Amino acid sequence: MSENFEPKIVAIFCYWCTSQAAELAGTSRMTYPPNVRIVKTMCTGRVDPQFILWAFRNGADGVIVSGCHPPNDCHYEDGNFKWFRKYVLLSRTLEQAGIDPKRLRQEWISASEADKLKKVLTEFTEEIRQLGPLNHTIREGGV
Amino acid sequence: METRIGVYICHCGTNIAGKVNVDEVREYASHLKNVVVARNYMFMCSEPGQEMIIKDIKEYGLNRIVVAACTETLHGHTFREVAKKGGLNPYLVQMVSIREFDSWVTEDKVEATEKAKSLIRAGVYRVNYHTPVETTTYPVDSNVLIVGAGIAGITAALVLADAGKHVYLVERQGFIGGNMAKFDKTFPTLDCASCILTPKMSAVKNNPNITLFTYSEVEKIDGFVGNFDVTIRKKPRYVREDLCIGCLSCIENCVYKEPRFMSEFDEGIGKRKPVYVSFPQAIPLVPVIDPETCIQFRTGKCVQTCLKGCPTKAIDFSMKEEIVKVKVGAVIAATGFKVFDATRDTKYGFGRYPNIYTTIQMERMLNSAGPTGGEIRLQDGSIPKEVAIINCVGSRNENFNAYCSRVCCMIGLKHAHMLRDSIGANVTIFYTDIRANGKGYEEFYRKVMLEGVNFVRGEVASIIPSENNRLTIVFEDTLLSRVRKKDVDMVILNVGLEPHDDWEDVRKVLNLTCTKEGWLMEKHPKLAPVTSLSDGRFIAGAAQFPKDIPDTVAQAEAAAAEAMSLIDRGFVESEPNVIRIDEERCSGCRMCISVCPFSAITYNEEKNIAEVNTGLCKGCGACAAVCPSKAISQNNFTDEELYAEIMGVLRE
Ligand SMILES: Cc1cc2nc3c(=O)[nH]c(=O)nc-3n(C[C@H](O)[C@H](O)[C@H](O)COP(=O)(O)OP(=O)(O)OC[C@H]3O[C@@H](n4cnc5c(N)ncnc54)[C@H](O)[C@@H]3O)c2cc1C
Ligand code: SF4
Ligand code: SF4
Repeated sequence: MSENFEPKIVAIFCYWCTSQAAELAGTSRMTYPPNVRIVKTMCTGRVDPQFILWAFRNGADGVIVSGCHPPNDCHYEDGNFKWFRKYVLLSRTLEQAGIDPKRLRQEWISASEADKLKKVLTEFTEEIRQLGPLNHTIREGGV
Repeated sequence: METRIGVYICHCGTNIAGKVNVDEVREYASHLKNVVVARNYMFMCSEPGQEMIIKDIKEYGLNRIVVAACTETLHGHTFREVAKKGGLNPYLVQMVSIREFDSWVTEDKVEATEKAKSLIRAGVYRVNYHTPVETTTYPVDSNVLIVGAGIAGITAALVLADAGKHVYLVERQGFIGGNMAKFDKTFPTLDCASCILTPKMSAVKNNPNITLFTYSEVEKIDGFVGNFDVTIRKKPRYVREDLCIGCLSCIENCVYKEPRFMSEFDEGIGKRKPVYVSFPQAIPLVPVIDPETCIQFRTGKCVQTCLKGCPTKAIDFSMKEEIVKVKVGAVIAATGFKVFDATRDTKYGFGRYPNIYTTIQMERMLNSAGPTGGEIRLQDGSIPKEVAIINCVGSRNENFNAYCSRVCCMIGLKHAHMLRDSIGANVTIFYTDIRANGKGYEEFYRKVMLEGVNFVRGEVASIIPSENNRLTIVFEDTLLSRVRKKDVDMVILNVGLEPHDDWEDVRKVLNLTCTKEGWLMEKHPKLAPVTSLSDGRFIAGAAQFPKDIPDTVAQAEAAAAEAMSLIDRGFVESEPNVIRIDEERCSGCRMCISVCPFSAITYNEEKNIAEVNTGLCKGCGACAAVCPSKAISQNNFTDEELYAEIMGVLRE
């Protein structure tokens, strides 16, 4: 793919675990690619598959959603499971719509796992860089 | 009404401005739609920074604010208050993190600047959709739950009880005092541990404002800040606390004439009977019967001499577990630590060769009320002449714990002094670095050095038995860069501190977060060291990270003060991120009811709609994500706000 391609990545993180990991990554001065833009929800259970489709339609080349570790870390009991079920279905839908499901990544990262956050975000950015820009016609195709 | 946005970009000294070209970002932000004014300033959270925003709200008629600075967690509250002072609803503010999420994690300055623009753009897009959010207030229950009755829990309990708050102090062991109760003397002042601890322990017992639950654990905490419902499980101790007078005749009269079983409190170097107290001044002075070793429980056929000897017939073999429910407004976690298991690092020979002890065992051996009556003896009964203390066992070691356990250097110095003092032993401390950085600590180190204790900067390779029951320490002298050997009679392993094995379970019950090692996490390492991420839950003592008694006590007092500040304010704000259900749109499908983890939504049959009880809603937003009619919107996280934010981070 084009050497100069800088993927746009939307990261939807829950407030309690992964956003806190991202704050810790900050206070620990860990660096990761600037391509990642964080959007917070209180819980991954709030994530509507429409958000992800909306992100792809608006120019995202990759989307990552991360919350608290199952089974019991969720601040709201089982919001992480609620998201996970949607994620499984959504991945299939993406495939049918011609979007490589690898462009949507799902992770569990706890408040203390800043090193994991750095690793995952760096890896994912690289993966999306390899996949190249998300084909525009698909975007227009009204996913 | 016209939307008028003010954007405020903080330099945070050089924390942001060193990476992000703040002037360029301000210029960019000022051209975004509906932005009326954009400013940058050295410290936005400072008084002049706050004043600037308030002034602008009035002067420019602003009705939305975007603050690009640190994080919502750190200063969300600050800037919501600023908006309030300026006459705006506090939720018309959006915080954008250009420090933690940008300047601190991005290497390149140009990229960091571009990222800041995109994050601010998202904030501006989003804030357009913000609507005022009204919250109500709830009264705060004035009771406090404290989990763990070591010196941290005890201190916090006494402070709160003295202020007239009622404390439920829950301790999992049969007796209170935690680790400190095991010590003979405490560094650096060498005051006797019991003289400073036991008066506090009896104060706990005698204070009418403290309800003590020993041999108990917290099973569940429901509810929310200010109004927690706590379920406590009291294990049966088989001796009734209401009848026992603490004469200890049962122990005396037990069919086991001699203590035969390993005493947990004595860290394996002492023995106890099936009916026991941790030590003679234990609080509560009510023995515990251990069913694992008691003949009555094992065979059902003991002559029960304990019961016969008991003047009040307080022994009750039929006692059952009890569940107690209490209501509290705040929770303090003070669960402490355990020591590193020295068998894990096999090079030290611990558990395999005789005369190798850990520092916590040494505390018991040095204790005049301990299993040896304070006598230091080798296993053959003789007095050791040559003793080695090995520091950093399990600490500062990537294979075990990478962190420094902070107190062990001082423990080693204390033991060296006490061993010289009591038996005149020749003591050598093998250290990595000596860290003696508390008040009076360096002076204590000097004193011990001048007393003639030897110090070897050395890395121990192995400890092996040698002739005459002695032990050979093979080590690298790191100052001479040479491998050397030393023969000693006794080795003391200066074991580090670790979180309890069940930290995962305990933290879940208490709804707290932990570091990857299992230490309780504070909300902010500097500014909120005893506050946790969960409102109304505070942390204190060694459960947060290894610390000495002075720091533990200071933290416990701070946690008590935080709890008191919550209680004395008297109210908490209701959850702002609750949902609203649009009656017109709701089709009565009840999808939301099935996903709500807190049963906050009910079905109104008459109207065929779902209704929310905002007192129960905790604001997760799960229902908003599943409502097929888009009838549900979550305060501060509406679809419109999130779509706008996502679009904002993606636009060029
Ligand atoms: C060998 C040794 C010697 C030391 N000597 C000194 C010294 O001389 N001077 C000094 O300043 N410091 C010394 N320290 C440090 C000192 O021990 C700590 O600072 C202090 O004990 C910390 O108190 P704490 O209450 O936080 O924890 P702890 O003493 O560990 O108490 C925690 C309590 O919580 C209880 N608990 C744990 N989990 C639960 C649960 N889930 N539910 C209910 N209860 C629970 C435990 O049973 C315990 O009673 C020494 C430490 C060691 C290891
Ligand atoms: S306090 Fe001293 S002995 Fe303990 S880990 Fe730190 S340096 Fe090692
Ligand atoms: S936001 Fe969460 S807690 Fe509130 S009603 Fe919806 S599902 Fe229940």
